[in-house]
Amino acid sequence: MLGFLIRRIIQSVFVMLAVALIAFMMFRFMGDPVNSMVAETATTEERDAVRERLGLDQPLYVQYGRFVARAATGDFGLSWRNARPVSTLLAERFPATAELVLVAAGLSLVLGIPLGILTALRPHSVSTQALQLMSLVGISLPTFVTGILLILIFSVWLGWLPSFGRGTVVDVGWWSTGFLTLSGLKALILPSVMLCLFQLTLIMRLVRSEMMEVLRTDYIKFAKARGLTNRSIHFHHALKNTLIPVITIFGLQLGGLIAFAIITETVFQWPGMGALFIQAVSFGDVPVMAAYLVLVSLIFVIINTTVDLLYAVLDPRLRVEGARAAH
Amino acid sequence: MLRHLMMTAAAATLFATGASAETLRFATARDVYGLDPHAVTDSFTNIFTHHIYEPLVRYDAELKIEPALATAWEVIEPTRVRFTLRDGVTFHGGETFGADDVQVSLMRAVDPKSPLRGNLPGLKAVEIVDDLTVDLILEGPTPLLNNYLTNIFILDKGWLEANNAVAPIDASQGEEGHTTNNANGTGPFVLESRRPDALNVLVANAAWWDTPVHNLTRIEHTPIGSDATRVAALLSGEIDLIEPAPLQDAGRIEAAEGVRMLQNPGLRSIMMGINMGDSLVDGNVDGNPLKDLRVRQALYHAINMDLIRDRIMRGKSRVTGSLIAPEVNGYTEEMDARLPYDPERAKALLAEAGYPDGFAFNLNCPNDRYVNDEGICQAMAAMLAQAGLEPRLVTEPRQMHFQKVDNRQVDVFMLGWATLPMLDGFSVLSAMLATPGGEYGTFTPAGYSNPRVDELTKAVATEVDPEKRNAMMIEALMLAKDDVAWLPLHQQPLSWAARDTVEVPQAADDLVRLWYARVTK
Repeated sequence: MLGFLIRRIIQSVFVMLAVALIAFMMFRFMGDPVNSMVAETATTEERDAVRERLGLDQPLYVQYGRFVARAATGDFGLSWRNARPVSTLLAERFPATAELVLVAAGLSLVLGIPLGILTALRPHSVSTQALQLMSLVGISLPTFVTGILLILIFSVWLGWLPSFGRGTVVDVGWWSTGFLTLSGLKALILPSVMLCLFQLTLIMRLVRSEMMEVLRTDYIKFAKARGLTNRSIHFHHALKNTLIPVITIFGLQLGGLIAFAIITETVFQWPGMGALFIQAVSFGDVPVMAAYLVLVSLIFVIINTTVDLLYAVLDPRLRVEGARAAH
Repeated sequence: MLRHLMMTAAAATLFATGASAETLRFATARDVYGLDPHAVTDSFTNIFTHHIYEPLVRYDAELKIEPALATAWEVIEPTRVRFTLRDGVTFHGGETFGADDVQVSLMRAVDPKSPLRGNLPGLKAVEIVDDLTVDLILEGPTPLLNNYLTNIFILDKGWLEANNAVAPIDASQGEEGHTTNNANGTGPFVLESRRPDALNVLVANAAWWDTPVHNLTRIEHTPIGSDATRVAALLSGEIDLIEPAPLQDAGRIEAAEGVRMLQNPGLRSIMMGINMGDSLVDGNVDGNPLKDLRVRQALYHAINMDLIRDRIMRGKSRVTGSLIAPEVNGYTEEMDARLPYDPERAKALLAEAGYPDGFAFNLNCPNDRYVNDEGICQAMAAMLAQAGLEPRLVTEPRQMHFQKVDNRQVDVFMLGWATLPMLDGFSVLSAMLATPGGEYGTFTPAGYSNPRVDELTKAVATEVDPEKRNAMMIEALMLAKDDVAWLPLHQQPLSWAARDTVEVPQAADDLVRLWYARVTK
């Protein structure tokens, strides 16, 4: 186990370095931010002076080396767009994205698993057909379309929920939370529904197919023959075995939620890291873009490693094999 | 009796507090780049900080210059202008406004490290004559001094020193400054709170020196990046005023109850620059056909601006033959005349110039800077193709487009110019028509150099007599018009939307001045 962990950590470091390099290289071709930072009427001399001050005239490897050295200490420099340290910006925005992703992930699990079980236990009922249809729509419609539709129905027509922003947030230490106010909770609803839709349909279908598969296995048949209650069979035996691959997929998809949050944050003006990234892209704010990529890669790497470890913990067969191999 | 009195008093208090709570919720496409008025030259950030800070002289709702923190000015010598400052003005923090604040603020703005120094060219020093009088020492006669000063805001010397903020911050280096998220000005509104990219809240300054035209007690500004969400927020009642309102939603907003569009012609003139260098960036013939005046005229004749106005701009732009808008000093009606749309004439001119089969060239446009920029360019590419040419359309984000323009890696390229903050034709002469060199010619197309235009530009820079100055400016602009150095298109429309209960003037410079706004019931 320990050996596995160490190997994974070393691999992760290489992955992070590669990501840093790619982030750095790609954004060499993003365009010149100097034009956004000087007056329309600035002279060529003034623009060159700014370029020099930003270090944009240094050779590539020097810029990359500086970048990695500083990134390792969490210093991603100053945002070119609003003159504040990138790490501060990210820390400010992280709670917004984290809360959104948490609620969306929670929703997709809380709704997805029961719905999946329902459709698995009653594969031919009307409700199952309806849910299958809705899940097809959920997967096919682009997320921003669902978002705009939600805004149209719930904000413009019905006026029940806000169409943008986080509502009133309360600062708990350095974490700004929307959970403690009514307007914060209301503002969370539409964006998290929009974000969870894809994940929800995925989990639902996965649980359904896994469960149907498990219900066909021999040990379930024997349990039925033995006279165990349906409830005990479905929820005690079948479900546990169903959930292992679901958790794996869910964990891997969690990174995808963070990525999709960019679109949700843009549509709902949610002040999270995704919105920050998009603004940085249109401005050409390289420090923020690079920092965001590195941060998200780090999150992905941590999640994937955790899922792998969790998998080994959950599935005893892996543990035993591992032990045998060690001998 | 007492009870009666108390009830009346209670009722009166109720009315008093009820009547004065006017909140304006305002949404824009993006947030300001910080609250330091000297840290970045962005007109949106500038007009926002104008609610908190003030300049010595300011533009009113009709874009005329009027006294603000200075009540009078006098040219003592060509290089020395004396400003009399307003008495009895206090900053939001309670400090008294005086000559030392003006000196520190102006020198901060023109500091070599300040991004704003290009906005106040020619200021050498500020001398304090007494507590309410300052002398501005200039490099030479500066006829546009007041125009420049409308953009330079005054901060309090003591506050800057106490917060270690006397040195200007540049967005490209240095520590984060106190002035980025904190503000202390003399203006009509006080900063209550700022959450970057989420919410900025301003409250009315009860101690403002001027008599408010507005009746606002509170302004809540939210940036909403997505066009659709911003419109939805207006329609759902969460927002009172949006800027900009996307043109394609104009019909929807007009049709909805309780909201309306505010649309007027704006200052910003959109035009195409033409590469007159020795070779095309991406051509298929020897040399550069665009050097020939007939070829440039052919391009001009090939474009049908009326159609573009009606189809792409929904009838809202003002087609023009001039590089500056009518509100800008130096405009004459003669300049406004366009070469008519005449594709046959265009083909004839091309044949005459030796290109009967046309030629290929790049048509460079941004896709996220001007109103419908990409749509306009797509239409133009089609029109030019109809005239027998082969334009290669290149549309890209502003970062990349302006980088190419800077490096002259473009053939026919789009540019918009509002002449802000000067509102004077000299801005076009110095930045777009003069031969590149020193502080001139930042955007002048490659290869364009007209000695008479250069001569006139230098003369206009220092001529203080307005009549002589205008005559020279008009001559230079007409020369450039005949040269077809730039191909003028239109003045792009302003497009805001507001609830019917909100009254706000829409000045041609597209800047929202909420100290003129009123919320009615």
